[in-house]
Amino acid sequence: MSTATTTERRFQTVPPGDPNDRGGKAQPMLIVENLRKYFPIHAGALNRRVAEVKAVDGVSFAVLKGETLGIVGESGCGKSTLARLLMHLLPKDAGDLIFDGETVGPGSTLSLKDLRRNLQMVFQDSYSSLNPRLPVEESIAYGPRVHGASRSQAKKTARELLDKVGLRPDLFGARYPHELSGGQKQRVNIARALALNPRMLILDEAVSALDKSVEAQVLNLLGYLKRHFNLTYLFISHDLHVVQYISDRVLVMYLGQIVEIGPVDAIYNRPKHPYTRALLNSRLSMNPNERVETAPLVGDPPNPINPPSGCRFRTRCPHAEAVCETRMPSLGRSTDRAAHLAACHMEDPASGHSLAGPPATSLPPVQIRQ
Amino acid sequence: MADLSLDTSGVTASPRGRRVRGYWANVWNRLRYDYVTLFFLTLIILIILTVIFAPWLAPLDPNKSSMAYRLKPVFYKQFMLGTDEQGRDILSRLIYGGRTSLMMGILPVVFATMIGGFFGVLAGYAGGKLNMVIMRSMDVFFAFPSVLLAVAISGSLGGGLINQLITLTVVLTPPLCRVAETSTSQIRSMDFVDAARASGASTLSIIFRHVLINVVSPVFVYASTLISASILLASGLSFLGLGVSPPTPDWGLMLSTLRQSIYVQPLVCALPGVAILITSIAFNLVSDGLRQAMDVKA
Repeated sequence: MSTATTTERRFQTVPPGDPNDRGGKAQPMLIVENLRKYFPIHAGALNRRVAEVKAVDGVSFAVLKGETLGIVGESGCGKSTLARLLMHLLPKDAGDLIFDGETVGPGSTLSLKDLRRNLQMVFQDSYSSLNPRLPVEESIAYGPRVHGASRSQAKKTARELLDKVGLRPDLFGARYPHELSGGQKQRVNIARALALNPRMLILDEAVSALDKSVEAQVLNLLGYLKRHFNLTYLFISHDLHVVQYISDRVLVMYLGQIVEIGPVDAIYNRPKHPYTRALLNSRLSMNPNERVETAPLVGDPPNPINPPSGCRFRTRCPHAEAVCETRMPSLGRSTDRAAHLAACHMEDPASGHSLAGPPATSLPPVQIRQ
Repeated sequence: MADLSLDTSGVTASPRGRRVRGYWANVWNRLRYDYVTLFFLTLIILIILTVIFAPWLAPLDPNKSSMAYRLKPVFYKQFMLGTDEQGRDILSRLIYGGRTSLMMGILPVVFATMIGGFFGVLAGYAGGKLNMVIMRSMDVFFAFPSVLLAVAISGSLGGGLINQLITLTVVLTPPLCRVAETSTSQIRSMDFVDAARASGASTLSIIFRHVLINVVSPVFVYASTLISASILLASGLSFLGLGVSPPTPDWGLMLSTLRQSIYVQPLVCALPGVAILITSIAFNLVSDGLRQAMDVKA
């Protein structure tokens, strides 16, 4: 996992013959526009809505075809809520989701069932995400059965996929989840997600519960499957090293909002947002001489029920000024895969922040602002 | 990708692979070595067969009374277990009485499992307002002690077989509904239900394929413990005169009428109680064994 790898080499494009491609090469696989989800908090004898947790608050980004977009952030920043919103497992409060040029739902060209055939998810908890009372090959075959495959056809698909994820079907197919190890269960989960032949996978902390050696195996497996099935990944993790290893682009979240997005090398080598810098400084180094002596950031994230005004990071930011309290910094918009954007007043010369200068020429690529 | 086979490398496959064995086959496999459960299961089957074939097995007519043979002891002439206060053969009455008692043990539990299970799964899966309406209605029944509730319902409906059946079903439904609701809402929050939703499955398909299969064993086990409770409750109602009407033989009713003669023939008078005791213990121990055998992680 060295920082020297270049992003360009790992970019992939949709092969010209992909029969499922609808929008063309340049159309992002998934566009998220101003997505918002507030969870109400009810209290009192009348069960009134007294407050709301702003779990995902105005998030916009695009996932490009064939890329792996990593999402990082602290616990509770809205990563998993975002994943469930994208899967339509939670109803969204506001915003748009456009999958390969089509919106989802009634009145649009793409039904929810079609979306779910194209977009699948691997859950974090490999134990609770498999039905304890079904043999694993039946868990995998369930999706194809729902979409009209015959029993034998679904079973054949399941056994092929077990083989693809490195589990011998004759040995593992008939087993129950409690007869498998954590890594094996997660392989089954990946196979289950692939059973509908999706074009995009959301991996919500898919390797976080595994020990390091198994984690490496599963990451290699994910790389292999991505090439084999032409997949697009949305990889959610709190492990910065893993995200750096697997991602083409990285999106950093803080308190339900995006603070920075850009190519993995740009983010890891030249982070723009103070939060990203602090996050990266908190990584553990393999070199004991480079140990972190002081905490890069103090305090806890503010309460998402009542987030700070203006910039949400200002309460912990070493560079916070008056402007940060009054105005919320905006993240620019760009579907260019090389764009490196940060939601920080210091990046905007017009913001009035004392440290904001003209965009430094030494920091390519040039920011694209709306 | 060289490392894909790592997980299987240390494992030796049996040449024929692994046979796909269903869930119930696994349960039976665990039950096979549980001799206590097997013994009492056999006992229950014997009791059931006995009451089914009562006309052939009962030595005498259970309703034929004879003033000459009132309250005779065990092994008196042709009366193997003695006679009651009207000179009727106790053994024959016990065999016939088991029909009512077993029916009152099993049928209300079956009905209550169907009704309570339906509403419990509905409440547990739907959640929200529907859950509140269903479960709070059940709580109304929970507010009364079960015996008191049974006496109250039975008292207002009157005696008789059908009314006793209705009474017991009403009393047993709320606890079964609660068990079904609890395990359904537990399953509902597991990721595999979300994964099934994410694969585009309909709600009905998810309930049948993923929820019921996990809910059925706790409900089944709990229902089997209720059989003995139901037998006792039915006997209690009959004892109070709220169950079947004489001269129909029934264990609870027999106990009630023989009670006055306890100082004359203590052993004979205790026999209906012994029958109730053995049957309910057998059902309890079998349900305990089933609970262990049906635990998927055992």
